[in-house]
Amino acid sequence: MSAQQVLFDAPGPRARRTILIGNIVGVLIVLGILAWVISALADKGQFAASMWTPFLESRTWEFFILPGLGNTLKAAGIAIVTSVAFGLVFGVGRLSHVAPIRWIAGVVVEFLRAVPVLLMMIFFWLALGSSGAVKPQEAPLIAVILALTLYNGSVIAELVRSGVYGLPRGQREAGMAIGLTRNQSLRNIEVPQALIAMLPALVSQFVVILKDSALGFIITYPELLQYTRRLGVGEGNVIPSLLVAAAIFIAINFALSTLATRLSVLLSFRTKGRRPAAQEAVALDAAST
Amino acid sequence: MENYLSLFETYNVPAAFWVNIQLSFWAAIWALVIGTVLALFRISPIPSLQWFGTAYVNIFRNTPLTIILAFGFLGLFSVMQISLAGELDDSLFRIAIVGLSLYHAAFVCEAIRSGVNTVPVGQAEAARAIGLGFLPAARLIILPQAFRGAIAPLGNVLIALIKNSTVAAAGSVAAESSSLMKTMIEFRSDLVIPIFLTFALGFVILVIPIGLLTTWASRKLAVAR
Amino acid sequence: MQKTRYAAAAVAAVAALTLSACGGGGDSAESGSGGEGGGESLRIGIKFDQPGLGYDEGGSYSGFDVDVAKYVANELGVTEDNIEFVEAPSANRENLLSNNQVDMIFATYSITDTRKETVAFAGPYFVAGQDLLVPTDSDITGPEDLEGKNLCSVTGSTSAQKIKDQYPGVQLVEQPGYAECVTAMGGGQIDAVTTDDIILAGLASQEANAGKFKVVGNTFSEEKYGVGLPQDSDRCEDINAAITKMIDDGAWEEAITRNTEGADYSFNKDLNPPTPEPCA
Repeated sequence: MSAQQVLFDAPGPRARRTILIGNIVGVLIVLGILAWVISALADKGQFAASMWTPFLESRTWEFFILPGLGNTLKAAGIAIVTSVAFGLVFGVGRLSHVAPIRWIAGVVVEFLRAVPVLLMMIFFWLALGSSGAVKPQEAPLIAVILALTLYNGSVIAELVRSGVYGLPRGQREAGMAIGLTRNQSLRNIEVPQALIAMLPALVSQFVVILKDSALGFIITYPELLQYTRRLGVGEGNVIPSLLVAAAIFIAINFALSTLATRLSVLLSFRTKGRRPAAQEAVALDAAST
Repeated sequence: MENYLSLFETYNVPAAFWVNIQLSFWAAIWALVIGTVLALFRISPIPSLQWFGTAYVNIFRNTPLTIILAFGFLGLFSVMQISLAGELDDSLFRIAIVGLSLYHAAFVCEAIRSGVNTVPVGQAEAARAIGLGFLPAARLIILPQAFRGAIAPLGNVLIALIKNSTVAAAGSVAAESSSLMKTMIEFRSDLVIPIFLTFALGFVILVIPIGLLTTWASRKLAVAR
Repeated sequence: MQKTRYAAAAVAAVAALTLSACGGGGDSAESGSGGEGGGESLRIGIKFDQPGLGYDEGGSYSGFDVDVAKYVANELGVTEDNIEFVEAPSANRENLLSNNQVDMIFATYSITDTRKETVAFAGPYFVAGQDLLVPTDSDITGPEDLEGKNLCSVTGSTSAQKIKDQYPGVQLVEQPGYAECVTAMGGGQIDAVTTDDIILAGLASQEANAGKFKVVGNTFSEEKYGVGLPQDSDRCEDINAAITKMIDDGAWEEAITRNTEGADYSFNKDLNPPTPEPCA
C-alpha cells in the first residue's frame, strides 16, 4: 500500500496547524542533533581550517585519495565481475535437474552466505600469505576479491534462483514445446529473463560489494579508507579524513542505489505476474550486509 | 587432531563467540527501536520527519560499516569524549553497539517499510473510516500487520547483524571472534584451515537456525489474505 | 659516468661478498632478488604509516628507517632511484622475506630468537626500548604509574602483550595503528600510548602534534632493530659494514635528530649507537 496517501486525510486547517507544529519541532530536533555533533567536534578543533586545508592541495588527491579510490574501485570492480560469474554458475547449479549438482550447489551457497565476509578475508589473507601461493603484497587484494566473490556470488546465485522461480511457468513450457531440453530452456529462455528481472537487486548487491571492500583496510589492503587514515596520520586530521572517505563512499553508493531504484521502476512493467515478495526478501538480504 | 584440540585449551573460542552474541543482541534491540521510529517518520504526515528518515537511511545504508565503527572510536569516543561506562572495555563495547545499531537501523527501517507495503490499502482506509488518526492507526492497525509481514526481511537483517558483529574489531572490541581467529592463525599457521572452519562453522550454527526460524515464523504469522 | 660508478660498486660488492662468506651457507649468490643483477636495484620493505620511521609522504618516503635504508643501499652500490620501497606491515614481514618478495626490511623490526628461526638479521642499527608517550602535562613517569589508567597500543603488538602480562591493573585498548591512539590521547580519553621510544618520538614530532606530547624517557625493554633478510641472504656482512660506517661518519645521529625534531626526545645513550652483531 502507499501509506503516504492513505494513512491520513488531506489535512484540514487544524491538522495543517498540527503538521506545521510537528514540522517545526522535527526540524528543531534534527538541527539540534546536528548542532550538537558539529559543536562537539568544533570544540575539539575538528573544523579548524588547518584540518581541512589539506583537501585543497592537489598532493592530497594525487597521492592519497585518488590512489585509494582507485584501489577500492579495482577490488570492487573485479569482485563484481567474478561474483556475477560465480552467481550464475551456482544459481543455475541450484536449478539443475541433476540432484547431486543441485545438492552441492545448495550446500556451498548456504554455507558461504552464513560465514562473515571479514572472516573469509582474514583467512585468505593469512593462508595465501604464508603458503607462498601468491606474492605477499598481492595477498590482501586477492583475499579481498576472493572473500567478496564467494559471499556476494552466493547471494547473486540466490537472486538467479528466485528470479527463475518468479517467471511464469508458461515460459518453460513454451521452451519445451519448441523442442528445447530443460537445460536449453533454462539457459536460453529462463535465466536471461530472470537476469533482467533481478537487475535492480543485482545493482544493490554492487553497493554491498563496494562497501565491503572497505573491510580490506583490516587486512592491510591499501584501499580508500587505508589511504585516508594514512593521510590523517601525517596531517593530524584523522576525523576530517574519515569524513571525506565516508562522503566519497556515500556519493558513489547513493548513485548506484538510485540507479537500482530507477531500474526497478523501469522494469516493473516487465515483472508483472512475478512474486514480488520473494524477490524483495532476497534483495533486502542483499542490501543489509 | 591432538594439535587441533590443544588449541581450545590455549584459546577460549566460545568466549569470543559470546562477545559477538552479546554485541548482536544489544545492537539488534536498539536497531529495532531506532528502525521502527525511522519507519514511522517515513510514513508520517510531517515532511521534516519524512525527510529526516529518508536522509538517515540513505546515509547509513551507503556508508561502509568499517567507517561507522572507526568513527565510533575516533569521533564519538576519542574526540567528542563520550564515555558510556566507567571501565574502558565496557565503554568501547557500548560504542561498538551504538555503531552497529545506527547502521542496521537503516535496514530495519527498510524491512518494516517493506512490511508496510504488504498491508492492503483497505486496512488503512478502514482505520480512517472509524475515525483513527495517524498514530492510533499506525499503532493499532498498520504496524502490527506490517511487523508480521516484515519477519523474513527482519530475520535477514538480524543474520547480517550477527555476521557484521565481527567488524567490531575495527571499533576496537578486540575480544570478538574474528580477532581471535586472526591471532590463532598467526600463532598456529600450520592449522589455518581447521581454525577457519571452526569459526566458519560457529557462524553457520548461529545463523542458519535464525534463517529457518524466521522463515517458519513468517509463514506461520503471515496475515491470511 | 653513472654507469661506471654502478659497475665499480657492483664489483666491490661482489668482491666483498666472496671475501666475507657469511657463515657456512651454500653458494647462493643471487639470494634475495628475483632476477636482477647483483646490486643494481633493491626492494626494501618499510613501514608506510609510521611517521618519523617509515612514512609514505605521497610519492616519496621519509623517516629514520628510510634514511638508514637509503644509506645502506648506497653503500651496497644502489642509488636512491633504484630502490623500490615496498610496504611491510608487521604481520607480513616474515612472509615477505621467506617468499623473497623483498631483499631486506627496515621496519622497526626487533631481532628476536623466534624470528631468527625463519629469517636472518643484520644489525642492529638502533636499540629502542618500550616507553610511554603521555600528554605534556601528565605526571606519569613509568609503567608503575599506569595502575587504573587507560593505555593504548596497536592490536597484537608485543608491547601490548607485555603490558597485559606485567601490569594487570592497566586498562588497555588496542587499535589498528598508533595514529588512532594519539588521536584518542589528544582527546583526553587515553592517558598513555606505549611502544618503542623512537616510534613514539616520531609520532610526537609530527607537525600536528607539536608540543602536545612527551616521551617519558624511562624505557623498560630492549628492542634491537635489525635489518631483516631472507635466511639464505649473503648481504649481512656488507650491511653491517655500512651501518658501522653510517654511525662513524655522523650520518646516523643526524638522521635520528632530523626525524625526531620537536619531540623533546633523546635516544638511550647507554645502548646507542649499537655495534652490529656478527652475522650468523
